[in-house]
Amino acid sequence: MRGMLKANARKTWMNFVRVLVAIIGLSFAAQSFAFEIPALTGRVVDAGDLLDPAQEAALVAQLETFEKKSSDQVVVLTIPSLEGEVLEDVANKTFRTWALGQDQEDNGVLLLVARDDRKLRIEVGYGLEGSLTDALSSLIVRETIVPRFREGDFATGIANGVTDILTVLSGDGAELAARAKRNLNAEPEVDWVFVAFAAVFGTIFFTAFFVPIMVRLFGKKIGPGRYRWLGMTVDTTNQGSGGSSGGGWSSGSSGGGGWSSGGGGFSGGGGSSGGGGSSGGW
Amino acid sequence: MTAFALPRSLRAFFTVAVLFLVSALVSGCGFNTIPTAEESAKAAWSEVLNQYQRRADLIPNLVETVKGFATQEKDVLVEVVEARAKATQVQVPADILSNPEAFKTFQENQSAITGSLGRLLAVSEAYPDLKSNQNFLALQSQLEGTENRIAVARRDYIEAVRVYNTSLKTLPSAIWAYLWWTGNKAFETFTVAEDKMAVPAVKF
Repeated sequence: MRGMLKANARKTWMNFVRVLVAIIGLSFAAQSFAFEIPALTGRVVDAGDLLDPAQEAALVAQLETFEKKSSDQVVVLTIPSLEGEVLEDVANKTFRTWALGQDQEDNGVLLLVARDDRKLRIEVGYGLEGSLTDALSSLIVRETIVPRFREGDFATGIANGVTDILTVLSGDGAELAARAKRNLNAEPEVDWVFVAFAAVFGTIFFTAFFVPIMVRLFGKKIGPGRYRWLGMTVDTTNQGSGGSSGGGWSSGSSGGGGWSSGGGGFSGGGGSSGGGGSSGGW
Repeated sequence: MTAFALPRSLRAFFTVAVLFLVSALVSGCGFNTIPTAEESAKAAWSEVLNQYQRRADLIPNLVETVKGFATQEKDVLVEVVEARAKATQVQVPADILSNPEAFKTFQENQSAITGSLGRLLAVSEAYPDLKSNQNFLALQSQLEGTENRIAVARRDYIEAVRVYNTSLKTLPSAIWAYLWWTGNKAFETFTVAEDKMAVPAVKF
């Protein structure tokens, strides 16, 4: 009997430990993503060291010209290793972290090469899934890139692959021109009607509600219904504020929004990807 | 107080202004958190359904192509077709997200398709003609792409549900779940990633 009790207690304890281990394991699994996403330093991030500077510069120039023409952001990333993560996960998370492609348009493409894992992937943004389809990206991976990689010629493989991607993307000329027009000439749009409304609303709200309340609370009473606060003399008996309006209040209208592309540094335009594209290995 | 002896139009304007103020205050204290999270979880679910549908649409073409080369693999082909039929016949109930039974059935039906498709692609390896067929290669890459999209959509859904379910249980929005959004239930989520299910057990 005693022994049985002891065995039961032991069993319970073991179960408890097991659950604890499972929970710890799960919480680690949920949080840890071993692969560290590199910084987006340019259109070609050669962390895997597969390209020499001249080849890299040529690629960057090619990709930059293409973005000027079409607004599509094509980026090449080479990494030494996937750090044990799944290729597709790494590609998608990197794509989303870098936010390749323009906001709303999601027209980015990421060519990811994992050197030591001998795997590569073309990850396509939502907006380009229609032109650079899975079948076409698979074709580029299989027919253009992988044969060169098998020969050990990474630079040519990447360069030809990028050329093919750009050819496919520029395949539909009319669509390309339309996309470029939508994005390249897009000024950071400030909705002036909204700003004007906000300013008027803000001013009226401020004088009519805020000031009378605040002067009562914080102001100095200088007569029946008259207060002095922040250098303003406010008469709450007739109008909201009839003072000298010395307060330094300005309508802090909203900023222009974070549209950035081109210029010196390169950054993603806010696009996203849902896992389109194709993977391959050599 | 004569301060508000204003023209009628301005008074209407103030009413609107007060409404704006109230809505701003209310949303600041978490009233909107629950419906916002609920809608984004539902949107993520639509994307999951969309990608599963995309896969179901690819299957007839794939089956036809494989049939042309590998007639003797009838069992696997039938298995794929039946799994697809089973999954598409089931009417997805409107409350599937908060209905554990329906959600489980849905998940099982879909992983039956995943499993049978995996076997179909595995047996296809034995047919060199099929493997070099351009149509098959295109279909295969589309299928791979769709499986990957499903994985991404599931990941996004899991995250959206996590946010929604958390909003039902944490302050300040939990107060609103108790006072106002009383009908809101926690959503079901994918328990195990489908690709992790097939990991073989290690035995000593």
